[in-house]
Amino acid sequence: MKKLINTPEHVVKEALAGMADAHPDLITVHYDPDIIVRADGPIQGKVGIISGGGSGHEPMHGGFVGKGMLDAACPGAIFTSPVPDQMLAATKAVDGGKGVLHIVKNYTGDVMNFEMAAELAAAEGIEIATVITNDDVAVKDSTWTAGRRGVGVTVLLEKIVGAAADTGADLAEVKRIAEKVNAQGRSMGAALTSCTIPHVGKPSFELPDDEIEIGVGIHGEPGRRRIKMVSAAEITALLTEPILEDLPFGSGDSVLAFVNGLGGTPLIELYVVYNELTKILKDRGIRISRRLIGNYITSLDMAGCSITLLKLDDELTTLWDAPVHTPALRWGV
Amino acid sequence: MHITAEHVITFIEQVATTIKAQRDYLTQLDSAIGDADHGVNLDRGFTTVLTKLPGVADKDVGTILKTVGTTLVSTVGGASGPLYGTAFLRAGMATGDRFELGAADVITALEAALEGVQSRGKSARGEKTMIDSIGPGIDALKEANAAGEDFISALRKGVDACEAGMRATTPMLATKGRASYLGDRSIGHQDPGATSAFLMAQALLGVVEQL
Repeated sequence: MKKLINTPEHVVKEALAGMADAHPDLITVHYDPDIIVRADGPIQGKVGIISGGGSGHEPMHGGFVGKGMLDAACPGAIFTSPVPDQMLAATKAVDGGKGVLHIVKNYTGDVMNFEMAAELAAAEGIEIATVITNDDVAVKDSTWTAGRRGVGVTVLLEKIVGAAADTGADLAEVKRIAEKVNAQGRSMGAALTSCTIPHVGKPSFELPDDEIEIGVGIHGEPGRRRIKMVSAAEITALLTEPILEDLPFGSGDSVLAFVNGLGGTPLIELYVVYNELTKILKDRGIRISRRLIGNYITSLDMAGCSITLLKLDDELTTLWDAPVHTPALRWGV
Repeated sequence: MHITAEHVITFIEQVATTIKAQRDYLTQLDSAIGDADHGVNLDRGFTTVLTKLPGVADKDVGTILKTVGTTLVSTVGGASGPLYGTAFLRAGMATGDRFELGAADVITALEAALEGVQSRGKSARGEKTMIDSIGPGIDALKEANAAGEDFISALRKGVDACEAGMRATTPMLATKGRASYLGDRSIGHQDPGATSAFLMAQALLGVVEQL
Protein backbone atom coordinates (compact mmCIF):
# COMPACT_ATOMS: atom_id res chain seq x y z
CA MET A 1 0.00 0.00 0.00
CA LYS A 2 1.51 3.29 -1.09
CA LYS A 3 -0.20 6.17 0.70
CA LEU A 4 0.69 9.70 1.75
CA ILE A 5 0.16 8.93 5.41
CA ASN A 6 2.32 8.87 8.51
CA THR A 7 0.39 6.49 10.75
CA PRO A 8 -3.08 5.19 9.87
CA GLU A 9 -4.54 6.13 13.26
CA HIS A 10 -3.58 9.79 12.84
CA VAL A 11 -4.81 10.41 9.31
CA VAL A 12 -8.06 12.13 10.27
CA LYS A 13 -6.54 14.44 12.89
CA GLU A 14 -3.54 15.34 10.74
CA ALA A 15 -5.81 16.12 7.78
CA LEU A 16 -7.96 18.30 10.04
CA ALA A 17 -4.85 20.16 11.19
CA GLY A 18 -3.90 20.66 7.55
CA MET A 19 -7.33 22.05 6.74
CA ALA A 20 -7.14 24.41 9.69
CA ASP A 21 -3.72 25.66 8.56
CA ALA A 22 -4.88 26.08 4.96
CA HIS A 23 -8.16 27.92 5.53
CA PRO A 24 -7.99 29.98 8.75
CA ASP A 25 -10.09 32.70 7.10
CA LEU A 26 -12.97 30.25 6.53
CA ILE A 27 -12.90 27.56 9.19
CA THR A 28 -11.80 26.76 12.71
CA VAL A 29 -11.12 23.20 13.83
CA HIS A 30 -11.86 22.09 17.39
CA TYR A 31 -10.60 18.77 18.73
CA ASP A 32 -12.05 16.20 21.15
CA PRO A 33 -14.77 16.21 20.08
CA ASP A 34 -13.56 16.93 16.54
CA ILE A 35 -15.61 19.53 14.69
CA ILE A 36 -15.00 21.99 11.86
CA VAL A 37 -16.89 25.27 12.32
CA ARG A 38 -17.20 28.50 10.40
CA ALA A 39 -14.50 30.91 11.46
CA ASP A 40 -17.07 33.74 11.67
CA GLY A 41 -19.80 31.72 13.42
CA PRO A 42 -22.17 31.42 15.09
CA ILE A 43 -24.27 33.74 12.94
CA GLN A 44 -26.94 35.28 15.15
CA GLY A 45 -30.47 35.09 13.79
CA LYS A 46 -29.61 32.46 11.16
CA VAL A 47 -30.62 28.80 11.24
CA GLY A 48 -27.48 26.74 11.85
CA ILE A 49 -26.72 24.01 9.32
CA ILE A 50 -24.57 21.05 10.31
CA SER A 51 -23.69 17.77 8.72
CA GLY A 52 -21.24 14.98 9.32
CA GLY A 53 -20.28 11.44 8.56
CA GLY A 54 -17.33 9.15 8.32
CA SER A 55 -14.11 10.62 6.97
CA GLY A 56 -12.75 9.44 3.64
CA HIS A 57 -15.31 11.30 1.50
CA GLU A 58 -13.41 14.59 1.25
CA PRO A 59 -14.08 17.33 0.49
CA MET A 60 -17.49 16.35 1.97
CA HIS A 61 -18.33 17.51 4.63
CA GLY A 62 -15.55 19.64 6.13
CA GLY A 63 -14.71 21.25 2.79
CA PHE A 64 -18.24 22.64 2.63
CA VAL A 65 -18.06 24.64 5.86
CA GLY A 66 -18.16 28.36 5.27
CA LYS A 67 -20.34 31.20 4.09
CA GLY A 68 -23.44 30.06 2.24
CA MET A 69 -23.15 26.37 3.07
CA LEU A 70 -22.47 24.46 6.32
CA ASP A 71 -21.93 26.12 9.69
CA ALA A 72 -20.18 23.01 11.00
CA ALA A 73 -19.15 19.51 10.00
CA CYS A 74 -18.51 16.47 12.20
CA PRO A 75 -15.85 14.11 10.82
CA GLY A 76 -15.93 10.53 12.11
CA ALA A 77 -13.17 7.98 11.83
CA ILE A 78 -12.66 6.81 8.27
CA PHE A 79 -15.94 5.35 6.96
CA THR A 80 -17.31 5.36 10.52
CA SER A 81 -20.11 7.63 11.66
CA PRO A 82 -19.14 10.45 14.03
CA VAL A 83 -20.29 10.19 17.66
CA PRO A 84 -23.14 12.19 19.26
CA ASP A 85 -20.67 14.32 21.28
CA GLN A 86 -19.44 15.81 18.02
CA MET A 87 -22.90 16.67 16.71
CA LEU A 88 -23.92 18.07 20.09
CA ALA A 89 -20.78 20.25 20.23
CA ALA A 90 -21.34 21.38 16.63
CA THR A 91 -25.01 22.13 17.29
CA LYS A 92 -24.14 24.31 20.29
CA ALA A 93 -21.30 26.01 18.40
CA VAL A 94 -23.53 27.08 15.49
CA ASP A 95 -26.76 27.85 17.31
CA GLY A 96 -27.63 31.44 16.50
CA GLY A 97 -30.97 31.30 18.26
CA LYS A 98 -33.07 30.12 15.31
CA GLY A 99 -32.52 26.40 15.65
CA VAL A 100 -30.21 23.98 13.88
CA LEU A 101 -30.77 21.67 10.90
CA HIS A 102 -28.97 18.31 10.91
CA ILE A 103 -28.22 16.93 7.45
CA VAL A 104 -27.79 13.15 7.71
CA LYS A 105 -27.03 10.61 5.01
CA ASN A 106 -29.17 7.50 5.28
CA TYR A 107 -26.66 5.10 6.76
CA THR A 108 -27.62 3.21 9.90
CA GLY A 109 -24.74 4.48 12.03
CA ASP A 110 -25.11 8.10 10.93
CA VAL A 111 -28.85 8.06 11.56
CA MET A 112 -28.51 6.59 15.07
CA ASN A 113 -25.67 8.88 16.18
CA PHE A 114 -27.41 12.01 14.88
CA GLU A 115 -30.64 10.86 16.55
CA MET A 116 -28.89 10.58 19.93
CA ALA A 117 -27.29 13.99 19.43
CA ALA A 118 -30.64 15.55 18.53
CA GLU A 119 -32.16 14.14 21.73
CA LEU A 120 -29.30 15.58 23.80
CA ALA A 121 -29.50 18.99 22.05
CA ALA A 122 -33.27 19.14 22.46
CA ALA A 123 -32.78 18.39 26.16
CA GLU A 124 -30.58 21.49 26.31
CA GLY A 125 -33.30 23.59 24.72
CA ILE A 126 -31.99 23.89 21.16
CA GLU A 127 -34.58 23.44 18.44
CA ILE A 128 -33.45 20.72 16.03
CA ALA A 129 -34.78 19.60 12.66
CA THR A 130 -33.33 16.70 10.72
CA VAL A 131 -33.29 15.85 7.03
CA ILE A 132 -32.13 12.40 5.95
CA THR A 133 -30.87 12.14 2.37
CA ASN A 134 -31.68 8.90 0.53
CA ASP A 135 -31.12 9.45 -3.17
CA ASP A 136 -29.27 6.30 -4.26
CA VAL A 137 -31.52 4.55 -6.77
CA ALA A 138 -29.21 1.52 -6.84
CA VAL A 139 -31.00 0.33 -3.71
CA LYS A 140 -34.37 -0.84 -4.93
CA ASP A 141 -35.99 -2.30 -1.88
CA SER A 142 -36.43 -0.46 1.39
CA THR A 143 -38.41 -3.29 3.00
CA TRP A 144 -35.48 -5.68 2.95
CA THR A 145 -32.68 -3.17 3.38
CA ALA A 146 -31.81 -0.20 5.56
CA GLY A 147 -33.27 1.90 2.73
CA ARG A 148 -31.75 4.00 0.02
CA ARG A 149 -28.37 5.45 0.86
CA GLY A 150 -27.69 9.15 1.03
CA VAL A 151 -25.06 10.04 -1.58
CA GLY A 152 -24.57 12.80 -4.21
CA VAL A 153 -27.68 14.78 -3.42
CA THR A 154 -26.18 15.51 0.00
CA VAL A 155 -23.62 17.88 -1.57
CA LEU A 156 -26.24 19.78 -3.57
CA LEU A 157 -28.55 19.90 -0.58
CA GLU A 158 -25.87 21.34 1.69
CA LYS A 159 -25.25 24.16 -0.81
CA ILE A 160 -28.91 24.96 -1.44
CA VAL A 161 -29.98 24.75 2.18
CA GLY A 162 -27.00 26.83 3.25
CA ALA A 163 -28.17 29.54 0.87
CA ALA A 164 -31.73 29.24 2.16
CA ALA A 165 -30.54 29.78 5.73
CA ASP A 166 -28.65 32.88 4.56
CA THR A 167 -31.92 34.42 3.36
CA GLY A 168 -33.14 34.44 6.96
CA ALA A 169 -35.59 31.57 6.48
CA ASP A 170 -36.77 29.93 9.70
CA LEU A 171 -36.08 26.32 10.64
CA ALA A 172 -39.34 24.96 9.24
CA GLU A 173 -38.76 26.70 5.92
CA VAL A 174 -35.15 25.50 5.72
CA LYS A 175 -36.32 21.96 6.44
CA ARG A 176 -39.00 22.23 3.74
CA ILE A 177 -36.39 23.20 1.15
CA ALA A 178 -34.06 20.43 2.33
CA GLU A 179 -36.79 17.84 1.90
CA LYS A 180 -37.67 19.22 -1.50
CA VAL A 181 -34.07 18.85 -2.69
CA ASN A 182 -33.92 15.30 -1.42
CA ALA A 183 -37.25 14.46 -3.02
CA GLN A 184 -36.25 15.90 -6.40
CA GLY A 185 -32.77 14.41 -6.65
CA ARG A 186 -31.56 10.93 -7.58
CA SER A 187 -28.09 9.39 -7.87
CA MET A 188 -26.23 6.27 -8.87
CA GLY A 189 -22.55 5.37 -8.90
CA ALA A 190 -20.13 2.91 -10.47
CA ALA A 191 -16.83 1.66 -9.09
CA LEU A 192 -13.96 0.74 -11.39
CA THR A 193 -11.73 -0.22 -8.46
CA SER A 194 -12.05 -0.92 -4.75
CA CYS A 195 -10.68 1.49 -2.14
CA THR A 196 -8.19 1.01 0.69
CA ILE A 197 -8.97 2.12 4.25
CA PRO A 198 -5.64 3.22 5.84
CA HIS A 199 -5.94 1.12 9.01
CA VAL A 200 -7.06 -1.95 7.06
CA GLY A 201 -4.28 -1.64 4.52
CA LYS A 202 -5.82 -3.73 1.79
CA PRO A 203 -8.70 -3.17 -0.64
CA SER A 204 -12.15 -3.21 1.02
CA PHE A 205 -13.55 -5.58 -1.59
CA GLU A 206 -12.27 -7.58 -4.52
CA LEU A 207 -13.05 -6.27 -7.98
CA PRO A 208 -11.26 -8.07 -10.82
CA ASP A 209 -9.30 -5.91 -13.30
CA ASP A 210 -11.88 -6.35 -16.05
CA GLU A 211 -15.04 -5.87 -13.95
CA ILE A 212 -16.95 -2.88 -12.56
CA GLU A 213 -19.62 -2.58 -9.86
CA ILE A 214 -22.75 -0.75 -11.04
CA GLY A 215 -24.66 0.95 -8.23
CA VAL A 216 -21.83 1.05 -5.68
CA GLY A 217 -22.26 2.94 -2.39
CA ILE A 218 -19.77 5.50 -1.10
CA HIS A 219 -17.98 2.95 1.08
CA GLY A 220 -17.89 0.29 -1.61
CA GLU A 221 -21.19 -1.30 -0.62
CA PRO A 222 -22.34 -3.54 -3.44
CA GLY A 223 -24.71 -2.18 -5.99
CA ARG A 224 -27.07 -3.78 -8.46
CA ARG A 225 -24.62 -5.97 -10.31
CA ARG A 226 -21.11 -6.59 -11.53
CA ILE A 227 -20.42 -6.44 -15.22
CA LYS A 228 -17.44 -6.61 -17.52
CA MET A 229 -15.75 -3.26 -18.16
CA VAL A 230 -17.51 -1.26 -20.87
CA SER A 231 -17.09 2.19 -22.47
CA ALA A 232 -17.73 5.51 -20.75
CA ALA A 233 -20.81 5.93 -22.94
CA GLU A 234 -22.26 2.62 -21.76
CA ILE A 235 -21.42 3.23 -18.10
CA THR A 236 -23.03 6.68 -18.28
CA ALA A 237 -26.16 5.14 -19.77
CA LEU A 238 -26.24 2.38 -17.12
CA LEU A 239 -26.12 5.00 -14.36
CA THR A 240 -28.46 7.52 -15.97
CA GLU A 241 -31.33 5.26 -17.04
CA PRO A 242 -32.30 4.10 -13.52
CA ILE A 243 -32.14 7.73 -12.33
CA LEU A 244 -34.41 8.97 -15.12
CA GLU A 245 -36.90 6.16 -14.57
CA ASP A 246 -37.07 6.62 -10.84
CA LEU A 247 -38.33 10.14 -10.30
CA PRO A 248 -39.36 10.22 -13.16
CA PHE A 249 -37.64 13.05 -15.00
CA GLY A 250 -39.37 14.05 -18.21
CA SER A 251 -39.08 16.11 -21.33
CA GLY A 252 -39.09 19.81 -20.55
CA ASP A 253 -37.52 19.40 -17.11
CA SER A 254 -34.54 21.50 -16.11
CA VAL A 255 -31.91 19.75 -14.03
CA LEU A 256 -28.70 20.30 -12.17
CA ALA A 257 -26.35 17.60 -13.51
CA PHE A 258 -23.67 16.53 -11.05
CA VAL A 259 -20.90 14.25 -12.29
CA ASN A 260 -18.87 13.29 -9.26
CA GLY A 261 -15.55 11.47 -9.07
CA LEU A 262 -15.08 8.86 -6.35
CA GLY A 263 -11.51 9.95 -5.62
CA GLY A 264 -9.32 7.90 -7.94
CA THR A 265 -10.61 9.04 -11.31
CA PRO A 266 -9.02 11.94 -13.19
CA LEU A 267 -11.11 14.97 -14.07
CA ILE A 268 -10.62 14.36 -17.79
CA GLU A 269 -12.65 11.14 -17.49
CA LEU A 270 -15.39 12.93 -15.58
CA TYR A 271 -15.73 15.34 -18.49
CA VAL A 272 -15.97 12.37 -20.88
CA VAL A 273 -18.86 11.12 -18.74
CA TYR A 274 -20.44 14.59 -18.65
CA ASN A 275 -20.29 14.72 -22.45
CA GLU A 276 -22.14 11.39 -22.64
CA LEU A 277 -24.66 12.60 -20.09
CA THR A 278 -25.44 15.72 -22.11
CA LYS A 279 -26.25 13.53 -25.14
CA ILE A 280 -28.55 11.23 -23.16
CA LEU A 281 -30.43 14.13 -21.59
CA LYS A 282 -30.70 16.01 -24.87
CA ASP A 283 -32.34 12.95 -26.44
CA ARG A 284 -34.89 12.99 -23.62
CA GLY A 285 -35.61 16.67 -23.92
CA ILE A 286 -34.17 17.36 -20.47
CA ARG A 287 -32.30 20.62 -20.18
CA ILE A 288 -29.16 20.88 -18.06
CA SER A 289 -29.46 24.36 -16.62
CA ARG A 290 -26.75 24.00 -13.97
CA ARG A 291 -23.89 21.56 -13.56
CA LEU A 292 -21.14 20.49 -11.16
CA ILE A 293 -18.23 18.29 -12.25
CA GLY A 294 -15.44 17.14 -9.95
CA ASN A 295 -14.51 15.12 -6.88
CA TYR A 296 -16.92 16.23 -4.13
CA ILE A 297 -18.21 13.09 -2.39
CA THR A 298 -15.47 10.51 -2.65
CA SER A 299 -14.58 7.03 -1.41
CA LEU A 300 -10.90 7.48 -0.60
CA ASP A 301 -8.95 6.25 -3.64
CA MET A 302 -11.79 4.45 -5.40
CA ALA A 303 -11.88 4.94 -9.16
CA GLY A 304 -15.29 5.54 -10.64
CA CYS A 305 -18.00 8.15 -10.65
CA SER A 306 -21.53 8.89 -9.62
CA ILE A 307 -24.18 10.83 -11.45
CA THR A 308 -26.78 12.92 -9.66
CA LEU A 309 -29.69 14.71 -11.29
CA LEU A 310 -31.64 17.30 -9.35
CA LYS A 311 -34.84 18.70 -10.82
CA LEU A 312 -34.59 22.50 -10.63
CA ASP A 313 -37.23 25.16 -10.34
CA ASP A 314 -36.78 28.89 -9.84
CA GLU A 315 -36.50 28.59 -6.07
CA LEU A 316 -33.75 25.95 -6.14
CA THR A 317 -31.92 27.63 -9.03
CA THR A 318 -31.75 30.96 -7.19
CA LEU A 319 -30.45 29.25 -4.06
CA TRP A 320 -27.87 27.25 -6.06
CA ASP A 321 -26.60 30.45 -7.69
CA ALA A 322 -26.29 32.32 -4.40
CA PRO A 323 -22.73 33.13 -3.26
CA VAL A 324 -20.79 30.39 -1.50
CA HIS A 325 -17.35 30.58 0.04
CA THR A 326 -15.96 27.33 1.46
CA PRO A 327 -12.67 25.46 1.02
CA ALA A 328 -14.18 23.24 -1.70
CA LEU A 329 -16.94 25.30 -3.35
CA ARG A 330 -16.64 28.97 -4.13
CA TRP A 331 -18.51 31.31 -6.42
CA GLY A 332 -20.20 34.68 -6.38
CA VAL A 333 -17.72 36.17 -3.89
CA MET B 1 -25.23 -15.57 44.84
CA HIS B 2 -24.63 -11.88 44.51
CA ILE B 3 -22.80 -9.96 41.85
CA THR B 4 -21.15 -6.96 43.45
CA ALA B 5 -20.10 -3.69 41.89
CA GLU B 6 -16.54 -4.99 42.04
CA HIS B 7 -17.56 -8.03 39.97
CA VAL B 8 -19.20 -5.75 37.44
CA ILE B 9 -15.89 -3.87 37.08
CA THR B 10 -14.13 -7.20 36.53
CA PHE B 11 -16.75 -8.13 33.93
CA ILE B 12 -16.17 -4.91 32.00
CA GLU B 13 -12.40 -5.44 32.16
CA GLN B 14 -12.89 -8.96 30.80
CA VAL B 15 -15.04 -7.63 27.96
CA ALA B 16 -12.31 -5.13 27.09
CA THR B 17 -9.67 -7.88 27.10
CA THR B 18 -11.79 -10.20 24.95
CA ILE B 19 -12.67 -7.48 22.44
CA LYS B 20 -9.01 -6.55 22.10
CA ALA B 21 -8.02 -10.21 21.62
CA GLN B 22 -10.81 -10.78 19.08
CA ARG B 23 -10.49 -7.39 17.40
CA ASP B 24 -9.14 -8.67 14.10
CA TYR B 25 -11.60 -11.57 14.05
CA LEU B 26 -14.55 -9.20 14.50
CA THR B 27 -13.20 -6.85 11.86
CA GLN B 28 -12.71 -9.79 9.51
CA LEU B 29 -16.34 -10.88 10.02
CA ASP B 30 -17.39 -7.28 9.38
CA SER B 31 -15.34 -6.97 6.21
CA ALA B 32 -17.34 -9.84 4.71
CA ILE B 33 -20.73 -8.16 5.10
CA GLY B 34 -20.17 -4.69 6.57
CA ASP B 35 -17.48 -2.05 6.51
CA ALA B 36 -14.56 -3.72 8.27
CA ASP B 37 -14.60 -1.61 11.40
CA HIS B 38 -16.51 -3.51 14.11
CA GLY B 39 -13.47 -4.83 15.98
CA VAL B 40 -11.50 -1.62 15.62
CA ASN B 41 -14.41 0.55 16.79
CA LEU B 42 -15.35 -1.60 19.80
CA ASP B 43 -11.71 -1.89 20.83
CA ARG B 44 -11.35 1.89 20.70
CA GLY B 45 -14.45 2.21 22.88
CA PHE B 46 -13.58 -0.37 25.52
CA THR B 47 -9.97 0.82 25.69
CA THR B 48 -11.37 4.23 26.68
CA VAL B 49 -13.82 2.55 29.07
CA LEU B 50 -10.85 1.00 30.92
CA THR B 51 -9.50 4.47 31.64
CA LYS B 52 -12.86 5.48 33.14
CA LEU B 53 -13.27 2.49 35.47
CA PRO B 54 -10.93 3.69 38.27
CA GLY B 55 -13.13 6.78 38.62
CA VAL B 56 -16.24 4.70 39.33
CA ALA B 57 -14.61 1.81 41.24
CA ASP B 58 -16.39 2.76 44.48
CA LYS B 59 -19.71 3.59 42.84
CA ASP B 60 -22.97 1.64 42.53
CA VAL B 61 -23.57 -0.79 39.65
CA GLY B 62 -25.91 1.62 37.86
CA THR B 63 -23.27 4.35 37.78
CA ILE B 64 -20.65 1.92 36.51
CA LEU B 65 -22.86 0.62 33.69
CA LYS B 66 -24.05 4.11 32.72
CA THR B 67 -20.43 5.28 32.57
CA VAL B 68 -19.63 2.38 30.26
CA GLY B 69 -22.65 3.29 28.11
CA THR B 70 -21.90 6.98 27.76
CA THR B 71 -18.23 6.23 27.04
CA LEU B 72 -19.17 3.79 24.27
CA VAL B 73 -21.61 6.29 22.78
CA SER B 74 -18.86 8.93 22.84
CA THR B 75 -16.07 6.86 21.36
CA VAL B 76 -17.27 3.98 19.18
CA GLY B 77 -19.27 5.64 16.39
CA GLY B 78 -20.85 3.64 13.60
CA ALA B 79 -23.96 1.67 14.50
CA SER B 80 -22.40 -0.34 17.30
CA GLY B 81 -21.65 2.78 19.39
CA PRO B 82 -25.28 3.86 19.83
CA LEU B 83 -26.44 0.24 20.13
CA TYR B 84 -24.01 -1.02 22.78
CA GLY B 85 -23.98 2.41 24.41
CA THR B 86 -27.75 2.37 24.75
CA ALA B 87 -27.62 -1.25 26.00
CA PHE B 88 -25.26 -0.41 28.86
CA LEU B 89 -27.08 2.86 29.64
CA ARG B 90 -30.44 1.10 29.91
CA ALA B 91 -28.94 -1.73 31.98
CA GLY B 92 -27.48 0.92 34.29
CA MET B 93 -30.80 2.74 34.58
CA ALA B 94 -32.56 -0.56 35.39
CA THR B 95 -29.95 -1.37 38.03
CA GLY B 96 -30.08 1.98 39.75
CA ASP B 97 -28.08 2.56 42.89
CA ARG B 98 -27.65 -1.09 43.90
CA PHE B 99 -24.24 -2.33 44.99
CA GLU B 100 -25.23 -6.00 44.69
CA LEU B 101 -27.28 -7.80 42.07
CA GLY B 102 -29.22 -11.04 42.47
CA ALA B 103 -30.33 -13.25 39.58
CA ALA B 104 -33.58 -11.29 39.10
CA ASP B 105 -31.67 -7.98 38.96
CA VAL B 106 -29.31 -9.34 36.31
CA ILE B 107 -32.24 -10.53 34.20
CA THR B 108 -33.97 -7.15 34.54
CA ALA B 109 -30.79 -5.37 33.49
CA LEU B 110 -30.28 -7.64 30.48
CA GLU B 111 -33.88 -7.22 29.38
CA ALA B 112 -33.56 -3.45 29.64
CA ALA B 113 -30.39 -3.64 27.54
CA LEU B 114 -32.15 -5.71 24.86
CA GLU B 115 -35.12 -3.36 24.82
CA GLY B 116 -32.70 -0.46 24.34
CA VAL B 117 -30.98 -2.13 21.39
CA GLN B 118 -34.31 -2.96 19.77
CA SER B 119 -35.69 0.55 20.08
CA ARG B 120 -32.47 2.32 19.06
CA GLY B 121 -31.95 0.00 16.09
CA LYS B 122 -35.66 -0.27 15.22
CA SER B 123 -34.97 -3.95 14.77
CA ALA B 124 -36.40 -7.31 15.79
CA ARG B 125 -35.20 -10.90 15.79
CA GLY B 126 -34.40 -12.61 12.52
CA GLU B 127 -32.75 -9.61 10.85
CA LYS B 128 -29.16 -10.84 11.31
CA THR B 129 -28.13 -8.54 14.14
CA MET B 130 -26.87 -8.71 17.73
CA ILE B 131 -30.50 -9.14 18.79
CA ASP B 132 -30.38 -12.66 17.35
CA SER B 133 -27.84 -13.72 19.96
CA ILE B 134 -28.91 -11.53 22.89
CA GLY B 135 -32.62 -12.41 22.60
CA PRO B 136 -32.39 -16.21 22.74
CA GLY B 137 -29.70 -15.91 25.43
CA ILE B 138 -32.02 -13.97 27.75
CA ASP B 139 -34.90 -16.33 26.99
CA ALA B 140 -32.87 -19.38 28.01
CA LEU B 141 -31.51 -17.67 31.12
CA LYS B 142 -35.00 -16.67 32.22
CA GLU B 143 -36.44 -20.09 31.56
CA ALA B 144 -33.75 -21.90 33.56
CA ASN B 145 -33.99 -19.34 36.36
CA ALA B 146 -37.78 -19.71 36.52
CA ALA B 147 -37.35 -23.50 36.66
CA GLY B 148 -35.36 -23.01 39.85
CA GLU B 149 -31.87 -23.71 38.51
CA ASP B 150 -28.98 -22.03 40.27
CA PHE B 151 -27.70 -18.87 38.62
CA ILE B 152 -24.47 -20.30 37.22
CA SER B 153 -26.19 -23.14 35.45
CA ALA B 154 -28.97 -20.82 34.22
CA LEU B 155 -26.36 -18.39 32.89
CA ARG B 156 -24.51 -21.26 31.17
CA LYS B 157 -27.73 -22.14 29.37
CA GLY B 158 -28.18 -18.51 28.45
CA VAL B 159 -24.68 -18.25 27.02
CA ASP B 160 -25.17 -21.53 25.10
CA ALA B 161 -28.37 -20.14 23.58
CA CYS B 162 -26.56 -16.91 22.82
CA GLU B 163 -23.89 -18.89 20.95
CA ALA B 164 -26.51 -20.90 19.07
CA GLY B 165 -28.26 -17.65 18.17
CA MET B 166 -24.97 -16.22 16.93
CA ARG B 167 -24.39 -19.28 14.72
CA ALA B 168 -27.97 -19.09 13.48
CA THR B 169 -27.23 -15.67 11.96
CA THR B 170 -25.02 -17.32 9.31
CA PRO B 171 -27.84 -18.53 7.03
CA MET B 172 -29.92 -15.39 7.66
CA LEU B 173 -30.58 -12.65 5.11
CA ALA B 174 -29.55 -9.27 6.54
CA THR B 175 -32.31 -6.67 6.39
CA LYS B 176 -30.82 -4.04 8.71
CA GLY B 177 -27.62 -2.04 8.61
CA ARG B 178 -25.01 -1.94 5.92
CA ALA B 179 -25.06 -5.72 5.43
CA SER B 180 -28.58 -5.37 4.04
CA TYR B 181 -27.18 -3.83 0.84
CA LEU B 182 -25.60 -7.20 0.02
CA GLY B 183 -29.03 -8.81 -0.30
CA ASP B 184 -28.59 -12.55 -0.84
CA ARG B 185 -24.84 -12.13 -0.64
CA SER B 186 -25.21 -11.55 3.13
CA ILE B 187 -26.27 -15.19 3.51
CA GLY B 188 -23.49 -17.52 4.64
CA HIS B 189 -21.69 -15.04 6.88
CA GLN B 190 -21.93 -14.88 10.67
CA ASP B 191 -23.06 -11.49 11.94
CA PRO B 192 -20.26 -9.53 13.66
CA GLY B 193 -22.64 -7.81 16.11
CA ALA B 194 -24.14 -11.13 17.20
CA THR B 195 -20.58 -12.34 17.66
CA SER B 196 -19.43 -9.45 19.85
CA ALA B 197 -22.62 -9.83 21.93
CA PHE B 198 -21.79 -13.51 22.48
CA LEU B 199 -18.23 -12.59 23.51
CA MET B 200 -19.67 -10.23 26.14
CA ALA B 201 -22.03 -12.94 27.43
CA GLN B 202 -19.09 -15.33 27.69
CA ALA B 203 -17.16 -12.72 29.70
CA LEU B 204 -20.10 -12.39 32.10
CA LEU B 205 -20.23 -16.15 32.60
CA GLY B 206 -16.48 -16.21 33.19
CA VAL B 207 -16.83 -13.72 36.03
CA VAL B 208 -19.84 -15.46 37.59
CA GLU B 209 -18.04 -18.80 37.48
CA GLN B 210 -15.25 -17.30 39.59
CA LEU B 211 -17.65 -16.24 42.36
